[in-house]
Amino acid sequence: MMADLTAAPLTTADIHAQYGEMTRRKRLYGGILLVLFVALMAAGFRTADGRNAGSFRDGITHVFDYPAEVLAEAGEKLTELPGHLVTFFPALIETLNIAAASTLVGLVFGTLLSLLSTRGMAAWPRLIPLFRRIMDISRAIPEIVIALVLIFLLGGGPVPAMIAIAIHTAGALGKLFSEVNENASLKPVEGLESVGSSWGQRMWLGVIPQVGPNYVSYALLRFEINIRASAILGFVGAGGIGYELKNAMSWGQGRYDEAAAIFLLLFVTITVVDQISSALRDRLIHGAKA
Amino acid sequence: MTILEAELTPMMLKQDMDRLFLKKKLFNFALPALVLAYMAYVFVAFDVAGLWQRVSWQNAQTLVSDSYSYKTHVTRDNRDASVSVAIEGERKGAYPEGESPAWVSLGKTAQSDTVIDLENGHLVRFGPESIEYDIPGYGLVRATPNRSKGVQAELPAGDVPDWISVSKNRLAIKTDAGRLTVTRNRSEVFRYFTGWELFFFTLDSPYHGLGFGELMSRAATGEAGAIFQDFWTNKMWRHQDVAWAIAETLLMAFLGTIGAGIFALPLAFMAARNFTAFGPLRFVMRRFFDFLRGVDSLIWTVVLARAFGPGPLTGALAILVTDTGTFGKIFSEALENVDEKQIEGVASTGAKPAQRYRFGVIPQITPVLLSQLLYFLESNTRSATIIGAITGGGIGLLLTQAIITQKDWEEVAYYIVLIILMVMMMDWLSGWLRRRLIKGEGSRAKRKARADGKAFLLP
Repeated sequence: MMADLTAAPLTTADIHAQYGEMTRRKRLYGGILLVLFVALMAAGFRTADGRNAGSFRDGITHVFDYPAEVLAEAGEKLTELPGHLVTFFPALIETLNIAAASTLVGLVFGTLLSLLSTRGMAAWPRLIPLFRRIMDISRAIPEIVIALVLIFLLGGGPVPAMIAIAIHTAGALGKLFSEVNENASLKPVEGLESVGSSWGQRMWLGVIPQVGPNYVSYALLRFEINIRASAILGFVGAGGIGYELKNAMSWGQGRYDEAAAIFLLLFVTITVVDQISSALRDRLIHGAKA
Repeated sequence: MTILEAELTPMMLKQDMDRLFLKKKLFNFALPALVLAYMAYVFVAFDVAGLWQRVSWQNAQTLVSDSYSYKTHVTRDNRDASVSVAIEGERKGAYPEGESPAWVSLGKTAQSDTVIDLENGHLVRFGPESIEYDIPGYGLVRATPNRSKGVQAELPAGDVPDWISVSKNRLAIKTDAGRLTVTRNRSEVFRYFTGWELFFFTLDSPYHGLGFGELMSRAATGEAGAIFQDFWTNKMWRHQDVAWAIAETLLMAFLGTIGAGIFALPLAFMAARNFTAFGPLRFVMRRFFDFLRGVDSLIWTVVLARAFGPGPLTGALAILVTDTGTFGKIFSEALENVDEKQIEGVASTGAKPAQRYRFGVIPQITPVLLSQLLYFLESNTRSATIIGAITGGGIGLLLTQAIITQKDWEEVAYYIVLIILMVMMMDWLSGWLRRRLIKGEGSRAKRKARADGKAFLLP
């Protein structure tokens, strides 16, 4: 730029030509990238379509067949629906309990892991990389892996699902919490240290009050996710509403009204919890609206 | 508040403080007490105490020992006295007829003995009529299987130790060196070894048992193709199928996430207050997003699997549908937060509406869009594993299959390691791309914004 100023001044036409050239090149690159991307998507779709049992073209016309059947049957037996809702309510409670308990356990371990892996707060600074790796690994393991192995050891039921989700939650929350911790002021910690407090006291009195609202907000978000996860794990044998859904589905036609009741319970629960939690989170982060 | 009042005695201040402290103290105790009470309820509801009785330590032991070791079966068919040797007792791992590992010396004819050396003095002999196991420090156990009389066992004098179980039709001995089971129809010896013996090549491959150096030199002389072919088509570990399964899982995540982004973007414009003046349309779009999210990937998976059958396409579509709802919500929130000044600026140059979107809006929301897409790409890799287990596709299917058989724990361990590596790799890739593509992502300021809840984020 500086050199240009001392050289012969550029005419408007020159600038226009240069700008046009740059724009064309940018467009060309953009175009090439777009073509590559579309080609990748198309190839991916064709591969997925080819390896699927039914093809996209055949299936797309039948997407609503199953929901229609379920709804039709539920419609016929509308009077039985309240009864089914009551029947499956305990299973729903179990699913919610799995989600809540695993979120709480995950919250405790996630907090510990995050505090132990944040610079300036860690009890053993040398072990920070170790705790980070522990978080990475527990975050990377899909819940289903741990759940299936634990079902083999403990038998079916809510506990394998709870442990599996708790491990993943600890990792996921731990990572988010350490981001929150990095923004917390270290001054209270130093102050507490100067009066001879222990590590636990420094964290509990110096850090937690600063990060608490954020922690709870993330934990609520996690609770929403965990409800979905615990429903899914039920489907592979870990109890709760997912298990009932699998059973209702495997009975097939004639029992679709039960499947419909379960769909309804799950849908309403997820929606309601989503709404409540998002309102709560808003309040926690932005403060109560006066 | 109180401070503003004119008459403020220290007494009143103290009372105020006392009340505040009491409230805090109560809160500090009440909350943990509530959590503890809830956990106690869960403890009872889940019957955690009863769990200890139900734990199958036997299964735990099998799982752990199987995942790092393998066993070789030496089996004698008691009806025709023929002996076969197979790794894990599977046909795929069987030694060719007349061949055996060095520690088994096969009898040349049906009448001669087969001797199995379990090391440290443990010796099993398959005779023409009876089976003998010489156990150091205990003595010789002889069992004679007979079609009509069952299994006749002769043990050294004294009590039968608990590692030997004898009944009319069965003799089972379990020592540190191995296991012997004799039933009416067959006698079987298991010997355990560390490692995954057939991981690279099965026994029918000429490359089985060769060292790395030897393999490399053979590969250099033109056998590389054949070596790879033998490895790739390994019947025991099915490297080809596993590679395809991982590819399918990644494909599900990729197609689902990107597809959801493509569908959600135009819909998000319709749901954003500053782009759609028509209220009812906004309301409908928002409820539509809520519906997609609320139905949940489990139900979508189940419904779509009915229409498309098992496979990666179903998984991709399930992710696509659920995430269209999530992205729609995130994108429309991002759109509502765009800076109007930039759009005005573009409009002031005489830009048409399309150009206003292109140059005034898109550059502003691209970082949010990309960063969310990349976040979800990583988390959907995990979801794809789970959805695969339900619909039947990808590595999730292989994992569930391996777990259901309840004997191939080495394969389960292998798949778990692969899944963890896959997810960690996607995590790393997504983070790397975010840092490369989005300026400021990963910086303190950005993280602070996220921690303050300014950017919506699902981990």
